Amino acid sequence: MDSWKVNPRVFWTLFTPGTFWLLLFFLIPLGWLFHDSFSDKISITETQFTGTLANYIRAFDAVYLTIIWKSVWISAVATALCLLTAYPIAFGICFAPAKWKPLLLLLVILPFWINLLIRTYALIAVFRTQGYLNLVLGWVGLGPYDMLYNDGAVIIGLVYVYMPFMVLPLYATIERLDRSFLEASLDLGGSQVQTFFKVTLPLTMPGIVTGIILVFIPCLGSFLTPAMLGGANAIMIGNVIEDQFKAANDWPFGSALSFLLMYVTFGALALRAFLASRSKGVDV
Amino acid sequence: MTTHRPRFSAKRRSVLKGLGALGLGLTFLPRNSLSEEEKKLNFYNWDTYIGETTLADFEKATGIEVKMDLFADNDELFAKLKAGNPGYDVICPTNDNLERMIKANMVTPLDHAKLPNFSNMDPVFQEAAFDPGRKYSITYLWGTVGVGYRKSKVEGTVDSWKVLFEEPKYAGRIALLGDAKLVIGSALKYLGHSLNTTDPAILKQVEDLLIAGKKNVKVYADDNGQDLLASGDVDLTMEYNGDILQVMKEDDDISYAVPTQGGEMWQDCLAIPTGAPRPENAHAFLNYIMDPQVEAAIADFVQYGTPNAAAKKLMSKEYTDNPAIFPPPEVIAKCEPALYLGEDATKLRSDIWTRVQAA
Repeated sequence: MDSWKVNPRVFWTLFTPGTFWLLLFFLIPLGWLFHDSFSDKISITETQFTGTLANYIRAFDAVYLTIIWKSVWISAVATALCLLTAYPIAFGICFAPAKWKPLLLLLVILPFWINLLIRTYALIAVFRTQGYLNLVLGWVGLGPYDMLYNDGAVIIGLVYVYMPFMVLPLYATIERLDRSFLEASLDLGGSQVQTFFKVTLPLTMPGIVTGIILVFIPCLGSFLTPAMLGGANAIMIGNVIEDQFKAANDWPFGSALSFLLMYVTFGALALRAFLASRSKGVDV
Repeated sequence: MTTHRPRFSAKRRSVLKGLGALGLGLTFLPRNSLSEEEKKLNFYNWDTYIGETTLADFEKATGIEVKMDLFADNDELFAKLKAGNPGYDVICPTNDNLERMIKANMVTPLDHAKLPNFSNMDPVFQEAAFDPGRKYSITYLWGTVGVGYRKSKVEGTVDSWKVLFEEPKYAGRIALLGDAKLVIGSALKYLGHSLNTTDPAILKQVEDLLIAGKKNVKVYADDNGQDLLASGDVDLTMEYNGDILQVMKEDDDISYAVPTQGGEMWQDCLAIPTGAPRPENAHAFLNYIMDPQVEAAIADFVQYGTPNAAAKKLMSKEYTDNPAIFPPPEVIAKCEPALYLGEDATKLRSDIWTRVQAA
């Protein structure tokens, strides 16, 4: 596509506002945090750029590594569960009658219309010891169970919050899937299971990778869900970062931790690019 | 004798220059230094932390219209003013946060000549370790941090922090506040130290105590201990007295006590942030709040302790005799306000808290 060369004025008119927006409200603040991550605190309210690496070195203290490791595995489990549950949903929407598709997609994105905090409180109301789920279980003589305030609750909360980010890219790839491939596989004697694992899955891999990245990254940085649903051990790296910017009043260290998370993100994106280049021309 | 006083000769150019300089000077002076302040006031306060009609009554009495913004915690207040005052005239920080803001020149001294109602304050609150001589602040409301508990699920009366920190009997039914300063401060009181202790050896003992006691703790509550208690998720929680009072009204089985070892006695203070656009109005507002009738109406609505002796006389017995608002004097004597201990001490507490949570 080189149409922008034909119509440069239109191109720049459309290009400038978005670029300006990104620069002003994203890159400049981010650049400031990057700058801060190499700074020292010199008073209660001021930091001074010294080029120090102390903030990054401090982040490799065992306690933070433990917390980062815990954040990674919680996020990984949540992402895997998201994939397992979202794949059938996306498949179902794709193969639903055309008139139902908009409604089904709407239902997937509907939770975004409600604030995350409110949704998390709703989860608490459902899962707490005297909540709705235990009420229903009580009718059949079970429970009540303590379901909240442990790692499992955090994972359930993350799956609930980020599932749409998995469904949508999967839907996009499955929708574009050429169904004649599936028919060919079945016609040539492949079973349903073989067709799924040898044809469908490889062809939808780009959507899977995108979904994994879209879910894993925000899970890794989440702080509200572990703070509200987690137990005494629930701390994740997002909570430490929040604490550095708030109670601990240590913006340089908070910035350094944020940037370490961002490097992990870049790593994930590089992995995605690598997988995309291996997927032989299938557009991610 | 030569004189260094500049002599003005009425040459046209210099007169013009002078006028120009004057004109510039006038332009850059804040408007209110020349004329009376605009009849407005920006108040940055906690949620549901003022009387139902206080602001409207103030406008009726003075013509000053108050716009109130709300913050959720001291960190939010501090972060918002850290890079400069966005236009607030009166703020409501808690004692140690106030002290930090004083040290960072983020609040301005009060003109006590404009605050005649200050004499209504209980003498205890006319002085403060965190603001000597009350140069920068007046106490707005005060309270304690103690133990809220469900009476039917707890044996005997709660009178020690032990129930939260090392009592296996209540394992899995305990919530602590997710706040480094309060958890560490309360644990220090339990071990018999001042909650402002900075001795690393003593703080190490506190860390060990908290890590050992962690197996009993169900959750470090995000300031919602009262909800966990009310919903039956926990039976004991560390909380602010006012929060527990809220749920006590709805549930007779819930009670509150400050352990006999004492705990944090906090004071939310009114102060004028540096760069406040309307300091005159701010003083008028502070003085108005200290009026006994006004303060009594606020205290009656929000049900926190009033520092105003004249206002307390106007209150019902139900309020003044409520031990959850006014703990027994021997317990109060053991309580202390948290001080701002410096950035290094804050970091030490914050690191201990991270280790406890990750353990």
